[in-house]
Amino acid sequence: MTDRHLYQRPDTLSDALSLLASGGWQVAAGCTDIFPATQRKVLDGPTLDITGIADLRGITRTDKGLRIGATTTWTDIIKADLPAAFDGLKLAAREVGAMQIQNRGTLAGNLCNASPAADGVPPLLVLDAQVEISSPEGVQTLPLAAFITGPRQTALAPTDLVSAIHIPVASMDGRSHFLKLGARKYLVISVAMTAARIVVTDGVVTQAALAVGSCGPVATRLPEVEAQLIGQPVDASLVTDAAVARAIAPIDDIRADATYRTEGAAELLRRTVDAVS
Amino acid sequence: MKDRAQNISLSIGGEVHHLQCHPGRRLSDVLRDDLNLKSVKIGCDAGDCGACTVLIDGAQQCACLMPALQAHCCEIETLETAEPDLSQRLQDAFLNHGAAQCGICTPGIMMAAMELLRAAPHPDEAEVQAALGGVLCRCTGYRKIIKAVMAANETTGLRAAQDCAAVGQSIPRLDGRPKVDGSEIFGADHVAPGSLLIRAVRAPMYHADFSFGDTAGWVAERPDVHAVITARDIAGVNAFGVIPPLADQPALAESHIRYLGEPVALVIGDPDVVEALDLSDFPVSWKPRPHSLTEADGAVADAALLHKNRPDNTLICGNVTCGTADAALQDAAHVVSGRFETSYVEHAYIEPEAGAAWMEGGVLTIQACTQAPVMDQEETAKVLGLPPDKVRIIPAAAGGGFGSKLDLTVQPLLGLAVLKTGRPCHMVFSRTESMQASTKRHPGTMQASIGADADGRVTGMVFHGDFNTGAYASWGPTVATRVPVHASGPYRTPNYRATSRAIHTNGPTAGAFRGFGVPQAAITQELLYDDLAEKCGLDRLAFRRLNALADGDKTPSGQVLQAVGLRDCLDALAPHWTRAGEDAAEFNARHADRKRGIGVASCWYGCGNTALSNPSTIRLGITAQARLRLHQGATDIGQGSNTVIAQIAADALGVSVDAVELIGPDTALTPDCGKTSASRQTFITGRAAEAAGQTLRAAILRLTNLSDLTGLELGAGTLTARQDGTHRSIDLTALPVDAHGYVLCAEETYDPPTTALDENGQGTPYAVYGYGAQIAEVEVDLKLGTTKVLHITAAHDVGRAINPLLAEGQIEGGIAQGLGLALMEEYIPGQTEDLHNYLIPTIGDMPPVTSLLIEKPDPEGPMGAKGLGEHVLIPTAPAILNAIRDACGAKITKVPALPHRVLAAMKAAR
Repeated sequence: MTDRHLYQRPDTLSDALSLLASGGWQVAAGCTDIFPATQRKVLDGPTLDITGIADLRGITRTDKGLRIGATTTWTDIIKADLPAAFDGLKLAAREVGAMQIQNRGTLAGNLCNASPAADGVPPLLVLDAQVEISSPEGVQTLPLAAFITGPRQTALAPTDLVSAIHIPVASMDGRSHFLKLGARKYLVISVAMTAARIVVTDGVVTQAALAVGSCGPVATRLPEVEAQLIGQPVDASLVTDAAVARAIAPIDDIRADATYRTEGAAELLRRTVDAVS
Repeated sequence: MKDRAQNISLSIGGEVHHLQCHPGRRLSDVLRDDLNLKSVKIGCDAGDCGACTVLIDGAQQCACLMPALQAHCCEIETLETAEPDLSQRLQDAFLNHGAAQCGICTPGIMMAAMELLRAAPHPDEAEVQAALGGVLCRCTGYRKIIKAVMAANETTGLRAAQDCAAVGQSIPRLDGRPKVDGSEIFGADHVAPGSLLIRAVRAPMYHADFSFGDTAGWVAERPDVHAVITARDIAGVNAFGVIPPLADQPALAESHIRYLGEPVALVIGDPDVVEALDLSDFPVSWKPRPHSLTEADGAVADAALLHKNRPDNTLICGNVTCGTADAALQDAAHVVSGRFETSYVEHAYIEPEAGAAWMEGGVLTIQACTQAPVMDQEETAKVLGLPPDKVRIIPAAAGGGFGSKLDLTVQPLLGLAVLKTGRPCHMVFSRTESMQASTKRHPGTMQASIGADADGRVTGMVFHGDFNTGAYASWGPTVATRVPVHASGPYRTPNYRATSRAIHTNGPTAGAFRGFGVPQAAITQELLYDDLAEKCGLDRLAFRRLNALADGDKTPSGQVLQAVGLRDCLDALAPHWTRAGEDAAEFNARHADRKRGIGVASCWYGCGNTALSNPSTIRLGITAQARLRLHQGATDIGQGSNTVIAQIAADALGVSVDAVELIGPDTALTPDCGKTSASRQTFITGRAAEAAGQTLRAAILRLTNLSDLTGLELGAGTLTARQDGTHRSIDLTALPVDAHGYVLCAEETYDPPTTALDENGQGTPYAVYGYGAQIAEVEVDLKLGTTKVLHITAAHDVGRAINPLLAEGQIEGGIAQGLGLALMEEYIPGQTEDLHNYLIPTIGDMPPVTSLLIEKPDPEGPMGAKGLGEHVLIPTAPAILNAIRDACGAKITKVPALPHRVLAAMKAAR
């Protein structure tokens, strides 16, 4: 397939998958990443626009948890009535660019773009998000941490499509929070960001999920720090600089240096945990 | 591409439009090009600026991020088509509050505001910020936008000028309506029928030799490409510049490129085809050379020379010396020293460079964004080998300039293309092209020592600044001369030696940016003044007042000053300083992890070109039909010349400002008002307008035999002059018509009296200076190093506030740029070439501003007025940096003060 001006917008997932099977497609939804990536006036293709597939948009409860369709936008998340465990995801949604971007950008697109600074990844990591991948061969799910394999790299095959994100019932408990650190308000790529979801039972932490983004090739959970929190009342001081530093691998870039990111991530994580207490 | 077109239906303002277009085209282009909805502006094509914000089914979207097909069957609203009543209220509110300056962001801002106002008719400030957070404005500093949106639904019409003198009134800008209704014609908004598109082939590296392959063959393989142009096609002198003796910048490089993004060839043809071309296969081969990007690297002994005739990569050196600076420092009771670095700063106007050109009656006519129409005419003619009268420049509305649109950009390229193809042509830079190819603020590495006596009086100062002037001369010489004149700050400094050097590198060319190097020098001096005040045991504001220049004082250049309003500014700030200090102390007593601090800094700035002739000429004429026309050649890039000059002319003549019809700017219609730079238009063009008004008034008095005018009315071919109880009417239709078409006409020129500077920088570089001082209040997060600016109080001596509303707009806009300089703006070649990675303040970053307009009339200014546009930016960054230090002890030595730098400086201070 060589016609870069080819553009298809199927109505059904099966049509989309049939097209994908022929190879060479760029999947488009909100286009908030792929339009900036081209300096041209027309999307470089061949382009498979999945926004015409009604079934792919929206948030539904299932017996397994919550299903967030691939083309669900950040604004959809902000407007949805969701349990307190999703507060962090909602806060992240409000920090994605500004309203214009939130109205277009999709959660699945944010994952597929796989930027180390993707705002959606840390809050979805603490929700133990599973990525539903559809292909002509069928449907499989991968944990988010396995889906994003590196900066701008995912486990997605060229004939695959992310069709949904699932949040398991077991991870919908507790409360969550999200903080983003950047050099300005609105429309900013983060220097560091942190998400936390914590379940407190009888005054002590029974589940703790913590994540840091923009401080390594991919956003990451912090199992060692999470373990420290379990069995104690919520106490942000248990999040130590040393333990956070062991979990992340920040770099120097135009926005900040690695030393700062290491310290900043720990401090930001403490504040995030504190906000959930 | 055309064969991939699909049927798409767009519902716009209740009307359904059926289009045939490629489904993956950006909706912004479809709206602009296919439906002529030009209020949809293109600032970045990446969702970073919000200028293309439209409402899709009632929700704001960046049209540049939307494939056309996704809008199929959606209801789309643009400023031209949206709900007329609400639009009218918003427009009037924007004009009444001065919320639109250049106007390029205004349509996008208004669309975002409309979505908000439907949901919340009387929004609060936080709601406005959240709704407008995705639209960048570089001119206004956002505060007046917030006020206008909050007030929109209470607005009942445009505020009319009061029936009295126009000068001193906050009349809404006279050229404002097209800016708020979306009909303003910016550089990209006019395309002649049949126009061909020009794209540039640009260098992909910093420094290289290059040669072309078979360009003719490349064209032959692409039938819709009409022409390729290289330097070989240039008939004139392939070197332009703003300072003629130093003109060194080729319109197209010949065999050697000196910066990333330098153009080497133009490809011209059918717009659809040329737009889609992949230029990476253009037949050109590059042979890289070593390159330097910093002033330090450019100055090392073995650095490759960028220009053979400029040894040590030194473009120019500047020097101002008076007294015995070294001895003064030796004898001083207290001496402080420091070294400071500033970064490349991008102008980041929301309108990338754009324009169109065509032949009209044998004259090449160029309509493009600019700040300097006559220089464009002269330099473009020179490059093209045409006499200047064969080139006409019609400035398009400039969507922001701030100094960078003083240099030629698209003009010579447009001219080359039209001459080669014989067809109308147009060219629009992409955001990345704009950022690569436009000039920047000079990065500076500055060192200074300042001494004071035991009483706290400054006795001497030594300053040296190395400035990275990039690949070509541009305004580097101006920075190098202005900085030593101003580096003392507006303070008595009897013993002084300030030197500067502009060093070529392979970075982007550094040119003019609001302040011409003075903001960088002010950071050095004002931060050291805090050190010195501390050593002297004086309050920081009191220390500045003690040393402030006053009437009769000599500058380091030996000029005796008049009308110095700095003490007035500092006195006006004093109660705010006390209040702010108390507020910070109260907050700090209650908080451990966040601390507040306050800082103060002053500015002075000479209005007009440094020690050079820079006249303006104004023509004012009355037609036989009793129309009064002001030929106003000063380009209004948003700062307000079209309004301020008209106010001055109206009062000088004695008519209502409503009677004034604006003509121009246009090199075929308006006399030369010089460049919109150096805060010179209100002063210099204002003086010319004042003189023209007075001359015309005198002519009317002679004709009517009156000794004074108390009223002047124009109507139906008749001029009626009143003097108290009597009146005389003149039948204008009976008078002879002059060559310009007027029966009564005055043309006056004003050139400020300056002298050249001698080898020690002594002389009278400027005829008028403006002064000011600002207080910044900040809050610093001690753990994260983040800074939030809470409030700025700005006192500026404007001599006479011709239009207080527009003056406040300049202050707030300058502060926003100063805030960016202090906290976030750092252009790194090759890395920050978009508005995603290059950050300018958003509506959420800009604090409330209290403006205090001080009026100490300057006898040389029109009705006492002084310049203001650049002054306002100078104190902001040092005031913020001083406030950061006050809050947390961090001594910032490199801007921007990004969080990691603040945190590191905090640790260093412990």
